[in-house]
Amino acid sequence: MNLRKYLKVYKKFLHTSLASELEYKTNIIVDLITAILSLVGSIFLLSIFFQNNGYIGGWKFEQALIIQAIYTILNGITNTWFNPNLTEIVKHIREGTLDFVLLKPIDSQFFISSKKINPSGFLEIMLGILLLFFCIRINQINLNLSFLTLSLITISCSICILYSLWFFISTTTIWFVKTWNAIEVLRSFLYIGRFPLNSFSFSLRIFFSVFIPIAFITTIPSEVFLGLSVLWKILLEVMVATVFLITSRKFWLFALKFYSSASS
Amino acid sequence: MISNLINRKIFTLLKVQYSNMLEYRVEIALWAISGIIPFFMLNIWTNNNLNESINISDVLLSRYFLCAFFVRQFSVVWVVFSFEEDSLMGKISPYLIQPLNPFFRYFAQHLAEQITRFPFALIIAFVFFIFNPESIWIPNLGILILSILSTFLSFLIQFLIQSILACLCFWTERASSIERLLFIPTLFLSGLLAPVVSFPAYVKSWIYLTPFPYLIDFPANLLSGNETNISRGLSMQILWIFLLFPLFKKIWSEGTKKYTAMGS
Repeated sequence: MNLRKYLKVYKKFLHTSLASELEYKTNIIVDLITAILSLVGSIFLLSIFFQNNGYIGGWKFEQALIIQAIYTILNGITNTWFNPNLTEIVKHIREGTLDFVLLKPIDSQFFISSKKINPSGFLEIMLGILLLFFCIRINQINLNLSFLTLSLITISCSICILYSLWFFISTTTIWFVKTWNAIEVLRSFLYIGRFPLNSFSFSLRIFFSVFIPIAFITTIPSEVFLGLSVLWKILLEVMVATVFLITSRKFWLFALKFYSSASS
Repeated sequence: MISNLINRKIFTLLKVQYSNMLEYRVEIALWAISGIIPFFMLNIWTNNNLNESINISDVLLSRYFLCAFFVRQFSVVWVVFSFEEDSLMGKISPYLIQPLNPFFRYFAQHLAEQITRFPFALIIAFVFFIFNPESIWIPNLGILILSILSTFLSFLIQFLIQSILACLCFWTERASSIERLLFIPTLFLSGLLAPVVSFPAYVKSWIYLTPFPYLIDFPANLLSGNETNISRGLSMQILWIFLLFPLFKKIWSEGTKKYTAMGS
């Protein structure tokens, strides 16, 4: 297996994109402040919801903070890896430079989804992890091995689902050329992930677990943290993640058949 | 004579940009959909009976969020992103030679986009009314005109703020990250996610001095028939425009002196 080759290529990708991003140092500071403000803002919003209520959808404020923490981590991952790469697909297709990607002797999906990295997202991930540790303390969660493995499994499944969602939408660019706004739609839907699923009405809950599995992305990992989760939910999340990964791969290969370069 | 010329210019610009925008109908439809976050928020508010604590009935709250959606639809500004791209690509140079401030071009772009967006926003409102027939209302003509005016003023304030940020492109290459930073307080304080009345007292004491509540909360309250201080709202909006406009003129004239075209 040429895993080693891919690792080597990835190292090169990391090096070049870090070098180019670090040229804009003030930008990184601005992004850090943005991440902090955005977290403060959503905690502020949450505190408005809890102003006169002890529970929202069966969640206490301290418990709902876990969702915020996980959302922040996942958002950081999105900003570090998914957003910079997958918005690049749009550019590749519009300008016809996808030809060069397809001609390279490595997997096109790998190339397209790992070429770039945005280091300012790291700060957001760290911010989320800090908040998560804080939540573990205030909710008095016991750390043990089975809990840690379960939470790691669910979070990695969330990352896979998130990646597949982004990749799906970006792939549709091959037909529609400009999908910037489809990405915006996805972003605004993902915003729901900041709140416990149970705080929405029944019909929206169905929508967000069947059509766009946002429920799986943040609520299930948070339930694992609180020890509320049941086995079938975790298994379901693993299944959904696998199905999403496989179909997004299939969809990409299918879409490539329709790629006809620019001006041809 | 001069005013005639300006009129003709503006008319031509609008016509060109409108036909340009019509090409991207799907995009704009998607963009309209991406603005539906207020409806999700409404769902959290009513589903958890949070509105009882702030003394707003379900019907008035749903009207509020519908109006917030509308105001947001017609005050979205993205000039900094267009300007950044144009200035990095060097497209600004030919615009600068023309006897017309390039920002007129962007302004016309925004207006044309709003006209294109209007039917989609109406469709979304229509769907909303199907699900919430009890919240249908017809504002009287005076209120309607006033709220259209205040929405336009809100758009102007945001356009001016972003144009000022866009001019920073003359100094730094990435002004859009500053816009992302400023977007966070706009998102949380403007009333898009929660009406300003629901904010805790320590925020309400200073928020009315900032431009944020006049961007969405004030026009939305006005249109939806919620309680609001009309004369204060309008005069604060106008005051902010008068404060921001000279700043924009100043930074524009400084910036164009600083501008060096690509490759010179």
